[in-house]
Amino acid sequence: MVTLTINGVKVQAEEGSTILEVAKFYGFDIPTLCYHDELTPYGACRLCMVEVDDGRRTRLVASCLYPVREGITVRTNTKKLVKGRKLILELLLARCPNSKTLQDLASKMGLEHVRFKMENKDCILCGLCVRMCAEQMGSGAIGFVGRGQKREVVTPFRIASEICRNCGACMYICPVVELQCRGVKSPGELCNSCLIITPQCLDQYGQVMCTLESCGACEKKEGK
Amino acid sequence: MTKIRTLQELEALRKSLLQRRDPNKPCVRVCLGTGCRARGSVDVLEAFTHEIKKRGLDVQVECKQTGCHGFCERGPLVVIEPKEIFYQRVKAGDVPEIVSKTLLNGEVVDRLLYTDPATGRKVLYEYEVPFYKKQTRLILANNGRIDPTNILDYIAIGGYQALAKAITTMSCEEIISTIEKSGLRGLGGAGFPTGRKWRLCREAPGDVKFVIGNGDEGDPGAFSDRSLMEGNPHSILEGMVIGAYAIGANQGYLYVRAEYPLALKHLQIAIEQAREYGFLGNNIFSSGFDFDIKINRGGGAFVCGESSALVASIEGKIGEPRAKYIHTVERGLCNKPTVLNNVKTWANVPLIIKNGADWYAKIGTERSKGTAIFSLVGKVNNTGLVEVPMGTPLKEIIYDIGGGILEGKRFKAVQTGGPSGGCIPEELLDLPVDFERLTDAGSMMGSGGMIVMDEDTCMVDVARYFLDFLQCESCGKCVPCREGIKRMLEIITDITTGRGKEEDIELLQELADMVKDFSLCGLGKTAPNTVLSTLRYFRDEYVAHVKDKKCPAGICRDLIEYFILEDKCTGCGACLKLCPQQAIDAYGLIHTIDPAKCIRCGICRDACPFEAIIVR
Amino acid sequence: MKLAKSVPEYSKVDKIIDSYSCEKSALIAILQEIENLYGYLPAWALRRVSEKLGVPLIQVYGVASFYDAFHLTPRGKHLIRVCLGTACYLRGSARVLETLEGELGIKDGETTPDLEFSLQSVRCLGACALAPVMVIGEQYFDKMTPTKVRSVLKRVQRRDDKD
Repeated sequence: MVTLTINGVKVQAEEGSTILEVAKFYGFDIPTLCYHDELTPYGACRLCMVEVDDGRRTRLVASCLYPVREGITVRTNTKKLVKGRKLILELLLARCPNSKTLQDLASKMGLEHVRFKMENKDCILCGLCVRMCAEQMGSGAIGFVGRGQKREVVTPFRIASEICRNCGACMYICPVVELQCRGVKSPGELCNSCLIITPQCLDQYGQVMCTLESCGACEKKEGK
Repeated sequence: MTKIRTLQELEALRKSLLQRRDPNKPCVRVCLGTGCRARGSVDVLEAFTHEIKKRGLDVQVECKQTGCHGFCERGPLVVIEPKEIFYQRVKAGDVPEIVSKTLLNGEVVDRLLYTDPATGRKVLYEYEVPFYKKQTRLILANNGRIDPTNILDYIAIGGYQALAKAITTMSCEEIISTIEKSGLRGLGGAGFPTGRKWRLCREAPGDVKFVIGNGDEGDPGAFSDRSLMEGNPHSILEGMVIGAYAIGANQGYLYVRAEYPLALKHLQIAIEQAREYGFLGNNIFSSGFDFDIKINRGGGAFVCGESSALVASIEGKIGEPRAKYIHTVERGLCNKPTVLNNVKTWANVPLIIKNGADWYAKIGTERSKGTAIFSLVGKVNNTGLVEVPMGTPLKEIIYDIGGGILEGKRFKAVQTGGPSGGCIPEELLDLPVDFERLTDAGSMMGSGGMIVMDEDTCMVDVARYFLDFLQCESCGKCVPCREGIKRMLEIITDITTGRGKEEDIELLQELADMVKDFSLCGLGKTAPNTVLSTLRYFRDEYVAHVKDKKCPAGICRDLIEYFILEDKCTGCGACLKLCPQQAIDAYGLIHTIDPAKCIRCGICRDACPFEAIIVR
Repeated sequence: MKLAKSVPEYSKVDKIIDSYSCEKSALIAILQEIENLYGYLPAWALRRVSEKLGVPLIQVYGVASFYDAFHLTPRGKHLIRVCLGTACYLRGSARVLETLEGELGIKDGETTPDLEFSLQSVRCLGACALAPVMVIGEQYFDKMTPTKVRSVLKRVQRRDDKD
């Protein structure tokens, strides 16, 4: 066991576990997008970055990958971190404005406006599906192809894969192609409706409200 | 060939080589580095061999190919020993004259001599050329002197003695502490202390360990690694064998950029020769130590200069960096402890072992030891390879060695560190270059490119150029680097095309700060440096683009206009004929450019013999 | 001219794979040799490599698409490379590339429909003293300008007509 400090609280953790696992266990909330309990951590979305002081220097690390070490001090919500995460989310939302997962995170972080030119892609390249397919389904039918801006998740030669069993696990785990938000909004504006929604609305439609036709809460917000 | 097994045998071989070589025998050294080759030095060498044979001088005169001499600007270069007469811009047609005049009669061919532009005087000898005179050449010292394809040349100048000394007389601990004491730091750019890296790897648990030489020089505008690999491959191999012995590795890899075919060829030859002489293979110097080196050709991805991406590439995977919270020295290639050093770092090792740590530590500044190698390029008179002690002021490199700015223009900035580095302005020209000082100035040492920019360079466009490069070269794994660079480029492109908004500069700064802190690997972490440094030193240029919609340097096409000066135009029609857009009209004698049709390609300005076309 | 082969030649590719004793880590080296042989990586060859090395096809395809050294479509007889390294860029290589794109009617990275020319920008050939530099096949052309581009292209085409 090692002892470390997270946000001022001394906690004990098993050697080999990551900061994210430990923080989650103790109830500290760290946002993630490319992380899943059952898959190999990937460290690509950079939302789970935390500040670690190991006595020699302070630096930002990806908590999903950084193994806990004796005596380190972790801070999960410094000003720099909050600001950076918000900007990362803004970048992702500019890419995939209709993802409910992203919209919900935006509401949580208080992000209301995207300053970049809007695109309408359906993948944030978090790689959950790739790892799901390879690690949990034992298939490896899809993967990353191309470099940099050309990177995408496809099947070999972009044709139906011979080894794909159409199990749907990739769709299941995807944070973007799931039911999409159709709230009324102008480009660049995020409605944040899900967060400020009135209780009646929730009673009526349950949690999938926002993924159906608009409930009107967002219109109310815009004063229509 | 019997293998060399002891220090004495090596020394005996060296002595016999020297005895066989008459120091007064004329020797023609022709540079066959990539720069000179592209200018036809292969033909020059052939002409020499042919001419010498034709005149039956084979016995009296030696003729050999060498690696890059460094002064690429004046290539093809030929040096004639023993006096070291220096000829530049030599063509195959000049060869018969050189043979009959210089080799046979000791006369000098005047027109092939280099003229010092500062004094206007002709320079006779290589060592008197100002470009070389101010340099301190340690690892490039023998680049232009030896035939890189002949191991005997390397042995004759004392090659592999350091290896013999290390293996037969020093313990692993002694070797590592010598390197530590010398203060050698990684010359790939980051400057991590080499000795400490070796020690960490030696102490890391595991029987199987690896050493890797990084020759995947991807920085645009840098070619020092290439010249070293082409010109003195054995020095790299020798360093790697010593390093492997010290940390306990039995296998080494050289990762070389595929765009460097000559470097690959010379390294391959060097490895085979080293095996023949027993410097690689089993039981090196009868010590029971086995070591061999394999060459991996890079696949052409800049990101593979990053250590974890390079390792992935050697393993046959996509060159995608991983978080290095567990360092490569503990878990590198195939998850085994691995030491990865740049080829220049490896080439320093034999020098340190041979001359001692104190000798090395005397060169350079307090925290940066030894020499720095720069490929001096851009708007500078003497393009070429420069090796100077750490701590040499930028001014000295650019003006004394580089001969100042092209066409007598005004200096604006110098960029070091490639896409990861930053631009240093005129007011910092006295800055002594070492790892810390360059980083403080917002740049970095990087892999050795030093790109000089003059008044005609638009700094916003330079930032745009590097972002464009990085956007193509980012692996695309992490969000800050992939999306952040894309958006920075988008904003900067808006700025350079006149669509910039005032709040853009702030957003650019915000993005740059975030990408620097949040990216996964070194590529992303350093990617915003050019933006940050140009924002820091040249903010007024950004403002001019955004507010006044003007490009002060006259580069950004949407913000400039080509214009014909009436009083200079003679109506010769040279521009008119070449304009691809038929944008030039001739009303009477004077020509005018139709701005609506003009695509601002600049062909007309190049074509005008009267300098009548200007940018405004 | 010889047309790019699309008929599978398994024995040739097998020979390459076998020369690396089917080692998985040799994937990149194997693909480099296949690229050398055909000028690009035919789909059937990638499938063969995947089978023989026991590496998932998606990984082979991923590697082939990640590195600049590999191409998934046939390329032209003459490969024109324009250096966009910093030194060349500062001395105007973007204009050289643009002129080539205009003259050949293709964009950077593309091949003319008649498979005569492929155009590719590269980041630094390390021949900065020749900036801006252009390479056709193995031949270097130094200090390029848009005007020089046209004459060089004409020369190459004329040489072809003679052959």
